[in-house]
Amino acid sequence: MKITIRKLAASAFALAVAFSIGTASAADKTKVGFVYVGPIGDHGWSYEHNQGRLAVEKAFGDRVKTTYVENVSEGPDAARVIQQLARGGHSVIFTTSFGFMNPTLKVAKRFPKVKFEHATGFKRSKNVATYSGRFYEGRHVIGLIAGKMTKSNTVGYIASFPIPEVVRGINAAYLAAKSVNPKVKFKIVWVSTWFDPGKEADAAKALIDQGADVLMQHTDSPAAMQIAEKKGIYAFGQASDMVKFGPKAQLTSIIDDWGPYYVARVKAAMDGTWKSQDTWDGIGPGMVAIAPFSKSIPNDVRAMAVKARDNIAAGKLHPFTGPINKQDGSPWLKAGQTASDGELAGMNFYVQGVEGSLPK
Amino acid sequence: MDLLVLILQGVIVAATPLVFAAIGELVVERAGVLNLGIEGMMILGAIAGFAVTLDTGSYVAGVACAALAGAVAAALFGILTQVLLSNQVATGLALTIFGLGLSALIGQGYSGETTGSLTKIHIFLLADIPIFGPLLFTHDPLVYLSIILVFCVAWFLGKTRPGLILRSVGENHDAAHAIGYSVVGTRMAALVFGGACAGIGGAYLSIVQTPLWVENMTAGRGWIALAIVVFSAWRPGRALLGAYLFGGVTVVQLHVQGLGVDIQAQYLSMLPYLVTIIVLVAISRDKTRTKLNAPACLGKPFFASS
Amino acid sequence: MIRLEPRKEISKVLLYGTPVMAVVVTIVLGMVMFAALGKNPVNAIFIIFVEPLKDPFAISEMTVKATPLILIAIGLSFGFRAGVWNIGAEGQFTFGALVGGAVALALYEVEGGWVLPLMCTAGALGGMAWAAIPAFLRTKFNANEILVTLMLTYVAVLLLSVLMHGPLKDPEGLNFPESRLFHESATMPILIEETRAHVGFLVALAAIVIAWVLLERHVFGYQVKVIGQSPKAASFGGFVESKVVWFCLMISGGLAGLAGTFEAAGPIGQLVPALPVGYGFTAIIVAFLGRLTPLGILLAGFVMALTYIGGESAQIKMNLPSAVTGVFQGMFLFSLLGIDVLARFRIRFAQRASSAAGE
Repeated sequence: MKITIRKLAASAFALAVAFSIGTASAADKTKVGFVYVGPIGDHGWSYEHNQGRLAVEKAFGDRVKTTYVENVSEGPDAARVIQQLARGGHSVIFTTSFGFMNPTLKVAKRFPKVKFEHATGFKRSKNVATYSGRFYEGRHVIGLIAGKMTKSNTVGYIASFPIPEVVRGINAAYLAAKSVNPKVKFKIVWVSTWFDPGKEADAAKALIDQGADVLMQHTDSPAAMQIAEKKGIYAFGQASDMVKFGPKAQLTSIIDDWGPYYVARVKAAMDGTWKSQDTWDGIGPGMVAIAPFSKSIPNDVRAMAVKARDNIAAGKLHPFTGPINKQDGSPWLKAGQTASDGELAGMNFYVQGVEGSLPK
Repeated sequence: MDLLVLILQGVIVAATPLVFAAIGELVVERAGVLNLGIEGMMILGAIAGFAVTLDTGSYVAGVACAALAGAVAAALFGILTQVLLSNQVATGLALTIFGLGLSALIGQGYSGETTGSLTKIHIFLLADIPIFGPLLFTHDPLVYLSIILVFCVAWFLGKTRPGLILRSVGENHDAAHAIGYSVVGTRMAALVFGGACAGIGGAYLSIVQTPLWVENMTAGRGWIALAIVVFSAWRPGRALLGAYLFGGVTVVQLHVQGLGVDIQAQYLSMLPYLVTIIVLVAISRDKTRTKLNAPACLGKPFFASS
Repeated sequence: MIRLEPRKEISKVLLYGTPVMAVVVTIVLGMVMFAALGKNPVNAIFIIFVEPLKDPFAISEMTVKATPLILIAIGLSFGFRAGVWNIGAEGQFTFGALVGGAVALALYEVEGGWVLPLMCTAGALGGMAWAAIPAFLRTKFNANEILVTLMLTYVAVLLLSVLMHGPLKDPEGLNFPESRLFHESATMPILIEETRAHVGFLVALAAIVIAWVLLERHVFGYQVKVIGQSPKAASFGGFVESKVVWFCLMISGGLAGLAGTFEAAGPIGQLVPALPVGYGFTAIIVAFLGRLTPLGILLAGFVMALTYIGGESAQIKMNLPSAVTGVFQGMFLFSLLGIDVLARFRIRFAQRASSAAGE
């Protein structure tokens, strides 16, 4: 058996030599790396980031070579994966989940020439930029539709973890729904996971059993959409267009479109104009998109949603415009006042009217 | 009252994969084998069932292939533990890890797809009885299969000769061998049955409950099934109850949240596991009772000395 | 027909040879798998097994990966020998990290060389406390420890999540579920500049030596071995089963808790919900691959670490799916368990007639 190993090693060596010669000539390509927290097949968060990667490949063709690593846990392994990409000659690396924040910064210190882009984080450095989407703008639009389409006046919300992004989404959707339907109530269930189809399905069923006839989710799988389809109620997709899983159920979906941003940043890196910055783009710049509206939506509701979407895009409408109080009744925004980015970034309270308490 | 019926319906759906997996493992353990690889067999059943249903359009083919996948995995476990006499705990764990990885590998091309869902049966007339109608008589075929299976296993173990042989192999494999029963053969048969059941349980997840494929979609249910077998004291009827109890706690905690009760979600999520421990302790306390109930040769490797 | 005959004495050559054979079998099966996936099999094996060994950074990462695996596996090996099946090391790892991390956060900004040792002691005690539950439930109520430790793993992970969203959250962290970054005095000292290899590795080596002494030269080790092989003989020898159960669970819980604290204070540098990555389960494989011996566990720990690092490398360089690593590890264990039979039994090709003639 030892002979076998030696033979294997010898031929492997030869191959490795050939392989390394091959890669040397590809050195003039810009290598772009992508680190995903989940599988690209989740049809949600990581799937859309991968679509962004494909957009980069399409835009730059031969000038670029992309690499991706999926299912990278946000624990001790993240730093190593990022470092391996940096050592492997990647000049731009996208780390697409909050938990990669500290590992990204640590590795960035050791590789000052590599540009890092971290999604949904808040710490930057000379070669680490941050970016995220104003998903709450999308929530406003679907909130309006939900308020109008619900007959039982109960909207079911499947929430993952009480981080600011999720709380923002709930608040924005609620405020919008309430503005067109004062009787609407939100029922919120926290599933403590971003991705567990079984649990999401159970949560969806529980909400429907308790009277919800419109579902929203801030989790990544299409399970809830499937339940909605099975039970004959409406639902909104999350992160990507989920109409395949709910042809009759899906009213519309919030789509994360990372392509344009990724292409722009890679281009900047290639041109030498890349700078560290914080990008928080919404519907206007195209980072947040709304899927085509279902035919079940009556024309007047559709027109209202389209108008809101366009106003948000043009900067004329801000989903968090006062007067708004916090859930405990204390005043937050005065009439006409809009919430600052800082307040939104750290949002950890429900607005007045949302029932239940935020898991601490 | 309506909400209660709806909740119970949800419980039944959540419990069914557990019923399949638990009843299969119960038979295996009555024969004296401890197979910790249930999670691996379930997930292999899930991908096999999903892939075949998607590709052929036939649910029957899908479920059959899921059973086959589970059975083959169990057979592998059987050869290692019964013929090659490897350690059962380690082999079971290896099966779980391997199953999770292999299913993810096979499932690469199937993410983002969906089969339609199994249509429910509406049992004529009976389904229209108020309350009990919708509760008992409007489920998909696999739910009914799971319950029928439990009764069949109870009858098999308690009232048939092969069942008696299986139990004797689990109680005292040396004596059984001396009488002339094939210990290895019986155990292999039990394992294959258990694997097929686990496979079907997994397929229920990917074909019925949430008709899609996702890596690791069993999310630990195989381990729960193991717990159910123990606190059923190895009696089929009690395993059915245990599965419903467990499925129930999982579903109810979601409803509790929806009703606005002010308990942290994670504490509610802990409930099923804590309840399992408590029930386990309650059953195991009586040492003599446990000894009477647990197959005496559970986990012990059988080596024919003649 | 083929019969298995137990060897009177386990062949030492085969005892250490079988893991090597298992590695080879796995490599061969792995090559088949890669070929089936349409990837160059030789290249893949090279990237997974050989390349990391040539790269100093990869080797340093292997020590980082191997440290928790070895620590936990050493602890588990005692229990496994004695028939105490601690399947919930993952939960003890998590709870220990929680306790150790909590101490670090409580002492935030406090300088001193005593902070880290205090944290680690707290972490080890935390792991022991978590393992005390199954120990108590087994000795007092006869509850099966496989299930109790397993259920408690889920509880521990959920507990971590609760605390991450609440009391232990970073006050300046914009409400995100992570703790503060540990301060200087609460971080593991690095062994090699520019790498993540930390002092925990030395502790793991020390654990191996201590375990060896305990098993080979101390009466307790003898107790453990005897109980595992024959509980009746053990009770005649005056070895109290409950004491052994407690000791085995305390050791494995304590080491797992220590490993958890090392992970939090070392490679991660804070408490995060994603802290449990499955080391508690992989360590079980390491323990078996290492044949429950300290030296074997050292080697097996490194081999496992190699498959992790190499597998990741293969993902990056060859676009292989992440599932490949799990399949490999499963195949490893299967191969070892299958080949193991050769070490413990002799294969005989006997005729039916002669088998009755008293061989």
